[in-house]
Amino acid sequence: MTAPAPPFGITGGDAPASRTGRVRPATFLDAVRAETTKLRSVRSTWITLLIATVLSIGISALVSALTANHYASASPVDKATFDPTSISLAGFGLGQLAIAILAILFITSEYSSGMIRTSLAAVPKRGRLLGAKVVVYTAVALVLGEVLAFISFLVGQVLLEGQAPHVTLGDHDVLRAVIATGLYLAVLSIISIGFGTIVRSTAGAISLLVAVLFVLPGVAHALPTSWERAVTKYWPTEAGRQVTSVVPTDHVLGPWAGFADMCVFAVIVMVVAAVVLQRRDA
Amino acid sequence: MIEVRNLTKRYGTTVAVDDLSFSVPAGRVTGFLGPNGAGKSTTMRMILGLDAPASGSATIAGRTYHDLPAPLYEVGALLDAKAMHGGRSAANHLKVLAQSNGIPASRVKEVLAMVGLDAVARRRTKGFSLGMGQRLGIAGALLGDPGVLLFDEPVNGLDPEGILWVRNMMKSLAAEGRTVLVSSHLMNEMAVTADYLVVIGRGKLISEGSVSDFIERSGHRSVLVRSPDLDRLKQLVMAAGASVRPTPDRPGLEVANMDSATIGQIAAANGVVLHELTPRQASLEEAFMELTADSVEYAATTTGRPR
Ligand SMILES: Nc1ncnc2c1ncn2[C@@H]1O[C@H](COP(=O)(O)OP(=O)(O)OP(=O)(O)O)[C@@H](O)[C@H]1O
Ligand SMILES: [Mg+2]
Repeated sequence: MTAPAPPFGITGGDAPASRTGRVRPATFLDAVRAETTKLRSVRSTWITLLIATVLSIGISALVSALTANHYASASPVDKATFDPTSISLAGFGLGQLAIAILAILFITSEYSSGMIRTSLAAVPKRGRLLGAKVVVYTAVALVLGEVLAFISFLVGQVLLEGQAPHVTLGDHDVLRAVIATGLYLAVLSIISIGFGTIVRSTAGAISLLVAVLFVLPGVAHALPTSWERAVTKYWPTEAGRQVTSVVPTDHVLGPWAGFADMCVFAVIVMVVAAVVLQRRDA
Repeated sequence: MIEVRNLTKRYGTTVAVDDLSFSVPAGRVTGFLGPNGAGKSTTMRMILGLDAPASGSATIAGRTYHDLPAPLYEVGALLDAKAMHGGRSAANHLKVLAQSNGIPASRVKEVLAMVGLDAVARRRTKGFSLGMGQRLGIAGALLGDPGVLLFDEPVNGLDPEGILWVRNMMKSLAAEGRTVLVSSHLMNEMAVTADYLVVIGRGKLISEGSVSDFIERSGHRSVLVRSPDLDRLKQLVMAAGASVRPTPDRPGLEVANMDSATIGQIAAANGVVLHELTPRQASLEEAFMELTADSVEYAATTTGRPR
């Protein structure tokens, strides 16, 4: 007669037997897999990504169509700085918010639900947990961002064609600007995950994000011109956005220099996030 | 084997855990007892590396939790039934945990069946009752088939069937040679579940040892006596140095500081008829109250227990 299997043990023949020490150490890739499942397995992810898609493509198309209609009556100054690429990507002004908010929720929902303790008990190396979140979400934001950027661009150019100047991907700097839209969203996601980690509360992190994206640049416009220029030039999201347009505005860093400025900010935020995550009680 | 050495934790000015040392042996269910706010949950969080101690250490088989290469294979913990994302299904919650430690996916189905949640595996945990949440938490703890298990008030919210199930589960886990640490408020539950007790109050160790030692140490023992000649018997045992008080619910006497043999002899020598002579041990609950009376932090003032 064979002994019955222990009631709570792993019974599968090739399953790792934990109490005999035959266990492979958990890896970063394991954490990445777990974070991928976390992201996929909640409905809010799909809803928010759908919202991001509708906003980005829909508003871009709307702005392109309206601009095309009004181009004939536009002022000469407006015509001189007319940037068909930027217009066809206009929806990302709001679309970025949906993508960034989902990035924030990816970490803050762990705090609001209490899941963070379960997560950190499973992955006690906290840098690994944070790193896996960043890798998974940034990849999603990048891929989705590129797809949305190309669709928005192509739709926008079709709507502009005939009534206003339009461009193609082969034109100078246009491909760069479209591709960089996805890159911008990826870096913004890293910043957002960092904000979420530092602040922990969803509302707090979203407020911080909105302040950085919209409120503080808006306040800068109320400052004396010289101040305004300095703030706008180096403010990470303002500087980072330059790479997504073709016709440069005055008094800004170059497209890639501006993007690098934003990347530096993202690194700083991430370092702070990693340090506070290590130091704090879960 | 869990070793807690001189563990101290402060939250601001509150000393939640105060130079606490104890060990949890393998092969037994160790009950972790203490009044509200005694520091049980805090101690468990420090064992799991979630909260950093001000000083001292907690190790599992000689290593800190942080140094375990695949922690879920070695330690399973249920801290809080709600420590999960409500929008995720039970099966996906477990899948996340399994993936994070490289545990085979087949294990998810197994533990769901063990805790009796297979029927609701696809349901989002938002709609779970407290007891279902506890069961899912327990399933998570069992995922990696670990040798060390920590349960913070696992029967909280469970129905009688669930309580019995948890009790039997913990006993069989310990019988398989695992280390099982379980905190509870329900002293009588611990009396039938635990073999070994760690009792703390205000973050300090009050007692560590077997359940019978604990009850003995509390010194609360008495003998229940019933007799048609109760008044005379009362005079006799009191004259012999015992203290008595009437039993609350039925006619009889509770005699302390005298064993049943002596009472029987006194009765026989004086021709007093006895209808009942029952030695009774303090319940774990009474022993607990007695030992922790000085360290109850949040006593209800209306019951008048002195602080
Ligand atoms: N995160 C925290 N911040 C501040 N104080 C805390 C924190 N966690 C615990 N405490 C305090 O530490 C003390 C111990 O709390 P703990 O939750 O460990 O007790 P417990 O024994 O688990 O109590 P209970 O039986 O009620 O669950 C309490 O005074 C509590 O208020
Ligand atoms: Mg507690």
